Amino acid sequence: MSDQKKTFVVTRFDPDKDDAPRQDTYEVPVEPQWKVLDALNYIKDEIDGTLSHRWSCRMAVCGSCGMMVNGVPSLTCKDPLSNYGDRVEVAPLANFPVVRDLVVELDGFMNKLESVKPWVLTAKQRAVEEGTYRQSPAELEQFRHFSMCINCMLCYSACPVVANEPEFLGPAAIALGHRYNLDSRDEGNRERNEIFRGEGTVFSCSYANECSEVCPKHVDPAAAVNQAKFGAVIDWATSFVVPRREKE
Amino acid sequence: MLEVIRHDIIIVGGGAAGLRAAIAAVEADPDVSVAMVSKVYPMRSHTVSAEGGAAAVARSDDNLEMHGFDTVKGSDFLGDQDVIQFFVEEAPKELTLLEHWGCPWSRNEDGTVATRAFGGMSTKRTWYAADKVGFHMLHTLFQHSMRFDRIVRYDEQFVTKLVVDGGAVRGVAALDVREGAVRLILGRAVILATGGAGKIFPFTTNGNIKTGDGMALAYREGVPLKDMEFVQYHPTGLPGTGILITEATRGEGGYVKNNEDERFLVTRDYGVGTKAELGPRDMISRAIVQEIEAGRGFEGPYGAYVHLDLTHLGEAKIDERLPMVRELAKLYAGVDPVHEAIPIRPVVHYMMGGVDTDIDGATTLPGLYAAGEVACVSLNGANRLGSNSLTECLVFGARAGRHAVGFAKGVHAANENACRGQAEEEAARIASLRGKKGAEKLAPIREEMRSTMESGCGVYREQASMDETVRALAELRRRFEDVSLEDASVVFNTELVTALELDNMLEVAETLAVSAAHRKESRGAHTRKDHVARDDQNYLYHTLCHRDPTGHRVDKKAVTLGTWEPEERKY
Repeated sequence: MSDQKKTFVVTRFDPDKDDAPRQDTYEVPVEPQWKVLDALNYIKDEIDGTLSHRWSCRMAVCGSCGMMVNGVPSLTCKDPLSNYGDRVEVAPLANFPVVRDLVVELDGFMNKLESVKPWVLTAKQRAVEEGTYRQSPAELEQFRHFSMCINCMLCYSACPVVANEPEFLGPAAIALGHRYNLDSRDEGNRERNEIFRGEGTVFSCSYANECSEVCPKHVDPAAAVNQAKFGAVIDWATSFVVPRREKE
Repeated sequence: MLEVIRHDIIIVGGGAAGLRAAIAAVEADPDVSVAMVSKVYPMRSHTVSAEGGAAAVARSDDNLEMHGFDTVKGSDFLGDQDVIQFFVEEAPKELTLLEHWGCPWSRNEDGTVATRAFGGMSTKRTWYAADKVGFHMLHTLFQHSMRFDRIVRYDEQFVTKLVVDGGAVRGVAALDVREGAVRLILGRAVILATGGAGKIFPFTTNGNIKTGDGMALAYREGVPLKDMEFVQYHPTGLPGTGILITEATRGEGGYVKNNEDERFLVTRDYGVGTKAELGPRDMISRAIVQEIEAGRGFEGPYGAYVHLDLTHLGEAKIDERLPMVRELAKLYAGVDPVHEAIPIRPVVHYMMGGVDTDIDGATTLPGLYAAGEVACVSLNGANRLGSNSLTECLVFGARAGRHAVGFAKGVHAANENACRGQAEEEAARIASLRGKKGAEKLAPIREEMRSTMESGCGVYREQASMDETVRALAELRRRFEDVSLEDASVVFNTELVTALELDNMLEVAETLAVSAAHRKESRGAHTRKDHVARDDQNYLYHTLCHRDPTGHRVDKKAVTLGTWEPEERKY
């Protein structure tokens, strides 16, 4: 075990006991290659079994372990402890209801995700016998990086609009809806653009770009939101002048 | 007051197999309602970590016969051949369906789906979406499942007991982790899709949630676990963390090298022939261990390792085909594979064994089905070929979903009064665990279990060490009964969940060690120093581990042959 120690100040909250969040402090012997999550797991196993946090893959793809670290949204299994000094503050993701300690409630996001219809919409269901669609590498490239979202919720935590307007669809849900709009197999643009103009509208976005800055998978949700705004406007405007035409 | 919920089909687990089963069930019957019960939000399921691809015949130089034989040979002739035939026929349809649902498969210039080479496969038949295939498949399935209102999700609800009445499964008791309450969910059929149990070992690619829950649930109700001794070591994990570096690195042309910069899979005889780095996983893992034991490995802070060298592939190809490998190697090994070799060593990856099912996914308990890694439908036999398991989740998830619906139509609704008592007992048991006083701590028991699994049931095994592991596990079970839990709270008590998971892991670990100690031959991934040859005369059968009043009992089950006769497995 390493000689180096860091002090972890962890926000705790048990709704059955606490009126407000409190902080517990732990001294943790850390290894040079550790991520923030490794220290939390050490606390859980060796110091305080009552600490609650979520984690699973520890390889930055399942999206479970997002938290605030020194005030910034962080995917803790990806975030090296060497980025931080001797004192590290860990708190639950901002802009979400806290269930307990470092665990936040995601039901709001799940409903928003479902509301943008994140599936391939077509007028007629393609039969298996017809084989796969042809989709060129260039067509794939149109939406590929927006499909990389791991739903870690860092972008919601960073977004100044989500903080003030909880009904805002938010970066990840818009990026994933827009991802299908850009997919050559999909025919659902008009339906989704109506959703984008509706309650929780894409136009709430103030283009602060905070979401893209914290995204651990470089999805660039800010770009998706702004493309979605443009698509929603064009779609609305052209609906007055030309008959509706879906993608070829 | 116990809350009771009713659905027709209850699916436990929201990874690829569970989601595919749910979609198949609602498509099979316009009236059926499905409960999707998962201890995590479905998009956190471990399917997400699969990297390299999913196998299905797609090219003109390939055919079903070739995929079938590759799989049978890979299984060391322990795969059931009727299951394998069905699998290779359904595989292209299932991957095509996923394409229709939006999976961003990588493409050839002409817009057709691209395929890559994989270990033990005789041609390029592995479909891929760069090297994030499990992630894309999981999110595609999850997002597609959202269009069906009749799939009702119960997120972060941990099933701790199957409710059985009148000789059939009638539902589950589930702990709502967030609220702390235990619910009774009643149905006409239950499908287990909880995945594997890699976390019974110390060094594994598996995520923290892979604790063998479904295997333990079924086993406790008298359903046998089949072929549990067969544990797949993936040849290329990062030392220390065990993070998976996909076989697609070798499919795309990567080399495995020792400390003499020698491609030992080419220069030495490890049975892989001209396949070299594209040999099957069991053989390559053994080769790496032998190289290290011969002193041709590198020494590192996490033990000895060898090199996976991708530098000759070039930055453009690595970024296009293997971007996640580059990201993982940089983040977790401090190595950029464009410029340096990646340190790797064999790592526990996959359970070939699991809940004994027939080709429909049905278990010996009426109404109970299983699919995916939790199940042993006998597709993989003694060694699974890389990229067959993602497809397996789809093919057998769908089949289990349809057959569960068929079964459900023929049975009456569960008798709530008969089932309520079982759920109330379960609620009382769980309540008594919160803040339970005892002399033992969780973490040391868990770590000792992992340690004894590695020493007894690792890449190479022998009788004395396996017997010792069986004994050590029995002792750990006794200590677990006296475990102390600090956290008495109700809301999101992860210490309680960890204790329930450890209970499951200990159960699964024991069946694995007992089954391994039974099989006195070497076949596929089960390699013994004291019985080095395959013994078709005496051991060409599946093991079935049963729970007896006296302990664990191992029985035999015939292998379904018929198309391909067993022969020496050489490449």
